[in-house]
Amino acid sequence: MGAIITLSLLAILILYLGLYKAEKALLPVTLIGLALALIFELRLWGENPEPLFHGMVLFDRFSVVFSIACIVLSGLIVSLSKEFFHSLKAHVAEYYALVIFSLIGAIAITSYHNFAMLFVGIEIMSVAVYILSGIRKVDTYSNEAALKYFIMGAFSTGFLLFGIALMYGATGSFDLSILRDYVTDNTSSISPLFYAGISLLLIGLCFKVGAAPFHFWTPDVYDGAPTMITTYMSTVVKVASFAAFFRLFDFVLTPLDAYWTPVLLTIVVITLFVGNITAVMQNSFKRMLAYSSVSHAGYMLFAILAIGPLASNGLLVYSIAYSLASIIGFGALYIVKRDVGSELFESFNGLGRKNPLFAGLLTVAMLSLAGIPFTAGFIGKFMMFSAAMSQYHILLLILAAFNAVIGVFYYLRVVVHMYFKNAEDEFVLQISPMHMTIFVIAFIGTLVLGVYPDVLTSLM
Amino acid sequence: MDKLFILLLLPVVSSVVLLFVKNIKGAKWFALVASFIVLALTLPFLFSFNPTAEVQFEQSWQWISSLNINFHIGVDGISLPLVLLTNALTPLIILSTFGKNYSRHLYSLILLMQMGLLLVFVALDAFTFYVGWELALIPIYFICALWGDGDRIRINLKFFIYTFFGSIFMLVAIIFLAQQTPENSFEWASFTALNLSSPVQGWLFWAFFLAFAIKIPIFPFHTWQPATYTHAPTPGTMLLAGIMLKMGTFALIRWLIPIVPAGVTAYGHLALLLSVIGLVYASIIAFKQHNAKKVIAYSSIAHVGLISAGIFSWNQAGIQGAIFQMISHGLSVVGLFFIIDIIQRRTGSIELADLGGLASAMPKLAIAFLVLVMAAVGLPLTSSFVGEFLLLKGVYTENVWFAVFAGLTIIFSAVYMLRLFQKCMLGSVNPKWAHVEDIKGFETVVLIVVVFFVVYLGILPGGILNISEASVANLLEQVSF
Repeated sequence: MGAIITLSLLAILILYLGLYKAEKALLPVTLIGLALALIFELRLWGENPEPLFHGMVLFDRFSVVFSIACIVLSGLIVSLSKEFFHSLKAHVAEYYALVIFSLIGAIAITSYHNFAMLFVGIEIMSVAVYILSGIRKVDTYSNEAALKYFIMGAFSTGFLLFGIALMYGATGSFDLSILRDYVTDNTSSISPLFYAGISLLLIGLCFKVGAAPFHFWTPDVYDGAPTMITTYMSTVVKVASFAAFFRLFDFVLTPLDAYWTPVLLTIVVITLFVGNITAVMQNSFKRMLAYSSVSHAGYMLFAILAIGPLASNGLLVYSIAYSLASIIGFGALYIVKRDVGSELFESFNGLGRKNPLFAGLLTVAMLSLAGIPFTAGFIGKFMMFSAAMSQYHILLLILAAFNAVIGVFYYLRVVVHMYFKNAEDEFVLQISPMHMTIFVIAFIGTLVLGVYPDVLTSLM
Repeated sequence: MDKLFILLLLPVVSSVVLLFVKNIKGAKWFALVASFIVLALTLPFLFSFNPTAEVQFEQSWQWISSLNINFHIGVDGISLPLVLLTNALTPLIILSTFGKNYSRHLYSLILLMQMGLLLVFVALDAFTFYVGWELALIPIYFICALWGDGDRIRINLKFFIYTFFGSIFMLVAIIFLAQQTPENSFEWASFTALNLSSPVQGWLFWAFFLAFAIKIPIFPFHTWQPATYTHAPTPGTMLLAGIMLKMGTFALIRWLIPIVPAGVTAYGHLALLLSVIGLVYASIIAFKQHNAKKVIAYSSIAHVGLISAGIFSWNQAGIQGAIFQMISHGLSVVGLFFIIDIIQRRTGSIELADLGGLASAMPKLAIAFLVLVMAAVGLPLTSSFVGEFLLLKGVYTENVWFAVFAGLTIIFSAVYMLRLFQKCMLGSVNPKWAHVEDIKGFETVVLIVVVFFVVYLGILPGGILNISEASVANLLEQVSF
């Protein structure tokens, strides 16, 4: 709880700093605040988890680990975005504050123990991001993205709420423990209301994580939103949404897996193919990353199909691996867009020669997304595959293997442009030390996790 | 730390250090010295190796505890020759590049590749094996695509996707097998101890076979190979043909056949048939080629066809012959590609129509070329004779008719290799090339070393055969049909 309070106070403090034009202090104060929140989370580590506030939240190992991941990733992204935030001149403090508000929501949905908290958390997280994606008021695409995201978000929240309401109708409670008891006590006589509730909840959550066929908002929103905001959406928001998704199914709905597994299986297969095949068609690096994020949602859903300790570990590793690679990918895109002016693959031409270190880091990030050994992405994929195999979803794995091959095809494209195509000019990208530091941190994280994943998997 | 682990670590460390060596000449020498140190560190293994069936210099560390994965490495009589081959060829390949100005990144990639290859050969845990298997692909992709010629981007993308496609199903198979073992282990020993039903083994057979057959390549999975070989830079071609394709043939012996014996019973003959078809098919195509590099590329398919045929015949002569021939082919093919490279540098062409009569200007090269051509043909006193003899004996024991067709390889290879030699070296002297320079300096060193070992192994094959004998016998005893 300390983390949530700290972050709330921090966001308000940041707004005041903005009011008093202390722009230089924004980033350091934000980072200190995040570090403080991190310490509060770490202090929960060894404690015996008990539901707090009449069963509203439960800070168990799972929630602590995912909250820490969200805080650390937010810290990296805020540092990465500093240049972008400050380049916009106006309302700089609001960016920081909104990111922090959104992070509060993210922490809330990794630790909820009551549907009310889940709903409130999702709203806190999403509303901040609606504003962030439309924050470039003069940019039509940014406006479009915000509007699309808002409408789709509101729509999916409708499903979510309706699902929660139906489940409340069946059980008379929002509390996850009571819901779980209901499921285990009445295995044979579950109310149809409850089943309908599961379906609607599933749809709502799939909207949130961007799984096909509920993914239509993702490419446009990711593409239209400012790149740094996209980074935040595709990492922290996504990781937290998956944690929430997993938490619900793991805690309450495992006994009813015969009901929802076929539905989810279909969703996973559609998500993998739609995400990957559409990604191949893209000419813009940003849109490619957007569609690839749909396909990664497919792999991450494996965790829910194969609920258990292996799956939660796998989800953690996969989320971190994907987020680290995305930070490098989107960060690189931001720099290229700023200096070259285009998001097409062609704008990466010749970077291998002109900015060798930068190109090398981006290559490793792409290999990680593609799942090549000694990168975090491979370990993530391997754990997900193992988890799925433990439930004997062999056909699913064969389809996933095909998708991995398709993935290699489009991730290599940017590598091909960087190393094997020559640029027309000799223009060298200017990469600030701050950007480079974040890239190197993400790079080291990717390699360490790829070579020795026990650092993370032994946590849960 | 353990000796074997240092052997794996040293190439990676050198590879990383090379990224910071700015001077190209310094990078060349650094890479050469590093690869020689690795070779020197390999020799103690050779001398202190006890030629019994046991796995030696074994090391196992826990790697990923939640999945029960160990970093388990060790060498036995089957992998030691290949470790030796890798570490002996790497310095030669690096030395062979001294005539050209490649960037320092090439050397970094070659050493990284060496580590991946070594990991494949020494792995005793399926996860470790897979990591090495995939890892070797990344550097070779960059080597071929960065310094290649022609339509290198498209060709190498095909190569990468094709081989990745093969191996990803192997990954699924590995995960499946680990699920079947009692303690969810990825160990080679627990995989081979499994007793799965025949249909399941049949599926697993194809999952593994696809990965290996694409890498080797076995007909009809070879379509990536000729273009990749031809358009790769010479060090890339040497790595591909000299060492990397041995990953596939080695993996057949180590992983495929012991793990799914029932699958091999069902489909082994089909695989043997494919190998023999590939052998004949590639030989015929090799004869029709107008490009010297392409001739060697297709001859390589033919040679590995025979190696895989020997492996699938699964008897002492066949497997020992396969191991021996892997070494022999690795040596001679590196020599041949180097000769083609020298010819290209001197004359600017490797089209057979442009060449001819080079022997008068380059007598020393001609001698080395002739020896290696003889080796490729399989003439007695060259290493290939021993290998091919054993392989054919193995195939003969299995099935006479296969041996008859496989035996054609000797005639075919005589035809296309002698044609290659004749078109390049003999005939009327092209006045343009009457004064090209003969081999000198490092070129002479590389060729002398290759020729020496080709002949040495042809006369005294006992050393390598002795190393592998007990391990092969043990494997045959463990897995018999």
